[in-house]
Amino acid sequence: MAKILLEMKNITKTFPGVKALDNVNLQVEEGEIHALVGENGAGKSTLMNVLSGIYPYGTYEGDIIYNGELCKFAKIKDSEEKGIVIIHQELALIPYMTIGENMFLGNERGKKAKIDWTETYGQADVHLKTVGLKESSRTLIKDIGVGKQQLVEIAKALAKNAKLLILDEPTASLNETDSKALLDLLLKFKEQGMTCIIISHKLNEVAYVADKITVIRDGSTIETLVKGKDEINEDRIIRGMVGREIADRFPKRPDVKIGEVNLEIKDWTVHHPLYTERKVVDDVSLYVRKGEVVGISGLMGAGRTELAMSVFGKSYGTNISGKLIINGKEVHLKNVRDAIDHKIAYVTEDRKGNGLILSNPIKINTTLANLDAVSSHTVIDKDKEYAVAVDYKDKLKTKCPTVEQNVGNLSGGNQQKVLLAKWMFADPDILILDEPTRGIDVGAKYEIYCIINQLVAAGKSVIMISSELPEVLGMSDRIYVMNEGRIVGEVSKEEATQEKIMSCILKSSKGE
Amino acid sequence: MSKENVMEFIKKYTMIIVLVLVTGFFAWKTGGKILLPQNINNLIAQNAYVFVLATGMLLCILTGGNIDLSVGSVVCFVGAVGATLMENKGVNVWVAIIVMLLVGLAIGAWQGFWIAFVHVPPFITTLAGMLVFRGLSNVVLDGMTISIKNELFINLFGGGAECYIPDLFGMEGFNLTCMLAGVIAVTLFVIIQLKGYLTKKSKGYETGSFSSLLIKTVVLSAVILWFAFSLSKYKGIPTALVWVLVIVLIYGYITSMTTTGRYFYAVGGNEKATKLSGINTNKVYFLAYANMGLLSALAGMLTIARMTSAQPTYGQNYEMDAIGSCFIGGASAYGGTGTVPGVIVGAVLMGVINLGMSIMGVDANYQKVVKGLVLLAAVIFDVVSKKKSE
Repeated sequence: MAKILLEMKNITKTFPGVKALDNVNLQVEEGEIHALVGENGAGKSTLMNVLSGIYPYGTYEGDIIYNGELCKFAKIKDSEEKGIVIIHQELALIPYMTIGENMFLGNERGKKAKIDWTETYGQADVHLKTVGLKESSRTLIKDIGVGKQQLVEIAKALAKNAKLLILDEPTASLNETDSKALLDLLLKFKEQGMTCIIISHKLNEVAYVADKITVIRDGSTIETLVKGKDEINEDRIIRGMVGREIADRFPKRPDVKIGEVNLEIKDWTVHHPLYTERKVVDDVSLYVRKGEVVGISGLMGAGRTELAMSVFGKSYGTNISGKLIINGKEVHLKNVRDAIDHKIAYVTEDRKGNGLILSNPIKINTTLANLDAVSSHTVIDKDKEYAVAVDYKDKLKTKCPTVEQNVGNLSGGNQQKVLLAKWMFADPDILILDEPTRGIDVGAKYEIYCIINQLVAAGKSVIMISSELPEVLGMSDRIYVMNEGRIVGEVSKEEATQEKIMSCILKSSKGE
Repeated sequence: MSKENVMEFIKKYTMIIVLVLVTGFFAWKTGGKILLPQNINNLIAQNAYVFVLATGMLLCILTGGNIDLSVGSVVCFVGAVGATLMENKGVNVWVAIIVMLLVGLAIGAWQGFWIAFVHVPPFITTLAGMLVFRGLSNVVLDGMTISIKNELFINLFGGGAECYIPDLFGMEGFNLTCMLAGVIAVTLFVIIQLKGYLTKKSKGYETGSFSSLLIKTVVLSAVILWFAFSLSKYKGIPTALVWVLVIVLIYGYITSMTTTGRYFYAVGGNEKATKLSGINTNKVYFLAYANMGLLSALAGMLTIARMTSAQPTYGQNYEMDAIGSCFIGGASAYGGTGTVPGVIVGAVLMGVINLGMSIMGVDANYQKVVKGLVLLAAVIFDVVSKKKSE
């Protein structure tokens, strides 16, 4: 048995009113990749924050033993000195600085009064090579894609002489190819003796990369699965996470009669708002019928969100050309108001940035897109507004004390439900759902799927954009595959498989 | 009340509690002088322009912590134009008033256009406006003072000696009209509160506890009655108070009850989400600044009426009074939160501090220091409590 590098013993951490961690134990051996899984709010990130010193010694109970010695970290710098480096979910890079500057931010080469730029960029280039990036370290961060930025974060960790690398949802915003590359990189590091702890929601990735999997539920460690000893597959992990086996991850849809074409998009072309010569959406044609869920699959950056937003009252892009036909009639949607009036709703992928007013209560968010329905002559009927919000809260099973609660205090899954409520209240016939289950836990996902089923059962049309292939396959009646701004395939529910969709994408890629 | 309820209460009514404490402090330090009817009257008459400007400023701040630096200069410019028209050109008072309002609105629209549709940062646009309209005021007045002799105008906007609503009863030493107005106001207030409570109850909505409603109603009624009583013992209702009340009621209603008002909060809360909800966010910015111009015009009229003259130096630092009142009154420096009643409390607090220190004979320079520190403290409170709630 290899040496135990890190042991966290009986860690208990309480916040006012909540016990976030309750006697958590974690053992990590040197040179292994250890995955932490659990639903949102289970306590994974809290545990890692305890380890890295964000919550300093004394604010929690229990011991951290690293490399054989008891550690009392008072701040992040202390843990980094020991070689424990955490890479957070949200990238912490500064867009208008170079890769090299970012890499050594707070850890500058040279003297305090004189930064040694030769050393900085020289060392940066070495680390970039290790993570397999060909870019020069003098490139600005804003000029490289998200996937590469994630690699820069890892290179930055290497520059701090990381021995234990903690990655919090490293692939959350990456497409499948980039994710695979990142995971393979971790496997390569492992061979060189690096130890990693990885937090992830993507169970297929966890199963692929991890030697051991520790499941956390409600602030306690439930079990640790060891590769080769225990059976490791997605269903097994989910059972641990939710405490029960989810027999079917996608609810069965009652027989819904698929009706006439509701929305048709023809020869739709959209140019980038800044680089106007670049086509972001290129000659796309598709249609959706009443009572139908149409999935749009594709990699990050395939132009799916851009397509949806440009259709939704030209809220993205310039030089938009093409035809929109709703219920057999051609329409011209000048702005978002127009789109809503024509019964289209776009539920954004970025609920915090583009969807909700976090500092406002649930009721105000619920009615924002359709205020006229709760007001007469521009005067809001607050009682009616309250009643509407309560109604949707009950319908969608949003967990909250009252609808006066600020949306910012809700969990991701419940925020998503409020966002859905907002658009359902706008009473659309066509809903475009952009990554409707991103970053929410398994239980909430299931409930969102049920809501989608109810919507189509009521004769609405749903266009679902999703990067998760199982979700697209499980929910859609028909799937369009998008790549590089174009539709590169259309597959029916019956013939759709993950392999088929991936091959559509790969065959169409022009390659770099 | 449990401990949590007390904390909740303190959090909700922080500024009112501070106002009571500060008033109490000055009452003690000035030997009760600050509570004399005459001083209560002065508090309103001297600060009428602050109430009006702060209400307008609130709308700008709601959209995202944006401020309007030009209001002081606009006040001066509008006043200058009006004084010139009335006194030098012999234009009819009513025409002059309409022209002044239109000039203010046009200036607001001009600034609003650049901010809303061209996306010039409000700070820069209004900084430019501050210079431009201060300069133009000098040009219009030719660097001179114009004194205003038009009685109707002065009485209408609360200047001079006769700036009170005429008393209908003529009782010696006590203005019954004023007291009656206070009683009517209280009656209306109680009816509205009760009606709201009963409607909610009959429809089966959540009402909150009846006792807290009762306490709130009784305390507010008592304050209004005491206030009316104090003014009755002096000269009655100052005309300026009527203007302030009209503005406060209109804008209190708009911000809390109408869809347009809701949009100001929404834009400040999350502009992108608001845009994607089908709301024309550019129009919201435009409205905020156009309206600020209009209210600056009203403040300009109140100012020249009170001073019975127009001078190129009028309105200096008015923007700071308005901005300060908003932030002290609980508007967030990030936008999206703040109410008209809150801003009024902020403005009253500033007024009380001013008045109290003047009565105590504190040096004017130290008064500025104190006001500055109070403003800083209010914003620190906002920022820190935001951080905690995250």
